[in-house]
Amino acid sequence: MKKLVAILLVLLMAVPVCASAQEVVNVYNWEDYIDESVLDLFEQETGIHVNYMNFTTNEDMMVKVETSPGAFDIVFPSEYMVERMLAKDLLAEINYDNVPNAVQTLPNLLNPSYDPNNAHSVPYMWGTVGILYNTKMVDEPVDSWGILWDEKYTDNVFMLDSIRDSMGITLKYLGYSMNTHDIIALEEAKAKLIEQKKSGVVKAYQVDETKDKMVANEAALAVVWSGDAQYAIDLNEDLAYAIPKEGSNVWVDCMVIPKTAKNKENAEKFIDFLCRPDIAQLNCEAIWYSSPNAGAIELMGEAYTSNTTMNPSEEALAGLEYFNDIEGAFLELYNTLWLEVKNAK
Amino acid sequence: MYDLSLPWWAYALMGAGLVVFIGMIAVSVRRNHGVKRSLFASPYTLWMIIFTVLPCILVAYYAFTDANGAFTLENFLNFWDSNHTKNQLYASMGEAAAAYITRGTVNVDTLVYSLWMAFLCTMICLLLGYPAALFMADRRMKIGPTIVILFIIPMWMNFLLRTIAWMSILEDQGLINQLLHFLGFDGVKLMYNSGAVLLGMVYNFLPFMVFPVYTSLSKLDPKLGEAAQDLGCNEWKTFTRVTAPLSLPGVISGITMVFMPSVTTFFIPRILGGGNTMMFGDLIESKFLTEGNWNVGSALSMIMMVLILISLGILRKFDPEGEGGGIA
Repeated sequence: MKKLVAILLVLLMAVPVCASAQEVVNVYNWEDYIDESVLDLFEQETGIHVNYMNFTTNEDMMVKVETSPGAFDIVFPSEYMVERMLAKDLLAEINYDNVPNAVQTLPNLLNPSYDPNNAHSVPYMWGTVGILYNTKMVDEPVDSWGILWDEKYTDNVFMLDSIRDSMGITLKYLGYSMNTHDIIALEEAKAKLIEQKKSGVVKAYQVDETKDKMVANEAALAVVWSGDAQYAIDLNEDLAYAIPKEGSNVWVDCMVIPKTAKNKENAEKFIDFLCRPDIAQLNCEAIWYSSPNAGAIELMGEAYTSNTTMNPSEEALAGLEYFNDIEGAFLELYNTLWLEVKNAK
Repeated sequence: MYDLSLPWWAYALMGAGLVVFIGMIAVSVRRNHGVKRSLFASPYTLWMIIFTVLPCILVAYYAFTDANGAFTLENFLNFWDSNHTKNQLYASMGEAAAAYITRGTVNVDTLVYSLWMAFLCTMICLLLGYPAALFMADRRMKIGPTIVILFIIPMWMNFLLRTIAWMSILEDQGLINQLLHFLGFDGVKLMYNSGAVLLGMVYNFLPFMVFPVYTSLSKLDPKLGEAAQDLGCNEWKTFTRVTAPLSLPGVISGITMVFMPSVTTFFIPRILGGGNTMMFGDLIESKFLTEGNWNVGSALSMIMMVLILISLGILRKFDPEGEGGGIA
């Protein structure tokens, strides 16, 4: 018996106890989504140690934030996830007195529908959904989603294997909102996608593989996120990116502070640091998504402003829409409709 | 850089498990006045309980409950009618919506497709694998051991990597098509269809057919063949009357080992099939990972498990002794 107690005690001691006097901030960001030197710079300037952790999907992140309260001081959810986290009352209000650099945020990204007045979130990076096409294979101007249904491009189109995006662009093409709850519009969009699949236009439904396949000239047209488009265009100069006139989706990855954060002020300092134009420039140039930071855009100058993939025209911006979060019965409806598309032969 | 830190309760659980385990051993040693032989199997038993029995119970639990944990058979209705939940929603939305109510055949279609693909894959593996195993086991063939090694070496590589490698061979700008263009022919479409998926499956699962057959063939006493020939059988008759029947346990075991992973295949249809056709494994994966619907996902898994059990039962009829490695 004594032995057992001894073993138990040893095991209990093995449980790591985290205690340290140094100031810390626990940052939970997407994989490959920052210039890592920024973390060292922050530590040098403020003496606050950055514990940097990564996630790969919004859903994973959400589960972690809910199940490990206090583990994270800053997380980087996409806009629809900000909406969901707000609905679950997981986010703290940001004290903008501690984030003076937030004034750099572009006006068109301010006061969004997912978080009125940006009370809980500061935009970090943003981007759009559009068509990446090979100018050697497509002679006509690409300005409508309709080109994805054109049988001229049989077996030459990569679609996104992503429910919201594929349904969303089809709804836009048909003239509806991406966030419609009108089931007749949704059924129409599904029928349109099935028609596209049966016509043989679609080569494959994929996500991460598409950019490299486009670089390798495997297809003429592909639905992609602007960040992937920029990556592919850098590697293959025949590629170009367009946002169709019917409008598209705009997404924003934000910086938020969970209610359970233990170092809220340090978190605000970190957010402020990332909003400083020179730092925002470092990050933008490391990952090549669109920057929400006016100061950083000024610093990058022509190289950024002349790039229509990262810096869409006013006209293109006007037709963009955020995704509203969907849940419950409607989420299941979306899933069912998408499986019907995937199952069509 | 590898973050292995776990939450405190995980350490507590592991600690408690270890204490219980050591306690069990202590009690057993005292009772038997020494170490009993079966004791050495107890870590294995514990392993089986934690990683096989418990997960099966959890799958069954989720399959028969709804999101709130209440008992329900809806998940199985969902299998039969994949539009089940959608139809309930539409029924509550008035006449215009009700017009769209139809039975969804996604799950049943996908299951039938998976079974058909698995059947084809198993047959092709048998047709390709049996002669290969014959060569490998034939003592007159000096090259036999080399073929054995050639079958084993690719298995040292990760299966995902090997499958992705097929893409650069099959795609429009891939090796085969570039060669065809070079020789002045038109390209052929090899990727993103069921044929590519089947190729990927056969490629990945062929060793599971070859090795059981090879094992049962190489166990055969060569004197049996010699005796048959002494008694007047020609090569062909020796094969059909002696070798083939005696290798049957290996064939049965090979069929089982190919059919089971084939029917639950996922990832290969997504990579080589371009997501144009789903297999049952992909469907289960999307229920769990994309939709987060563990209940329907578990019901689909249970249906799959029952089907596999039935096919194992049928195969067992052909190999009651379980000679082919005791898998069937």
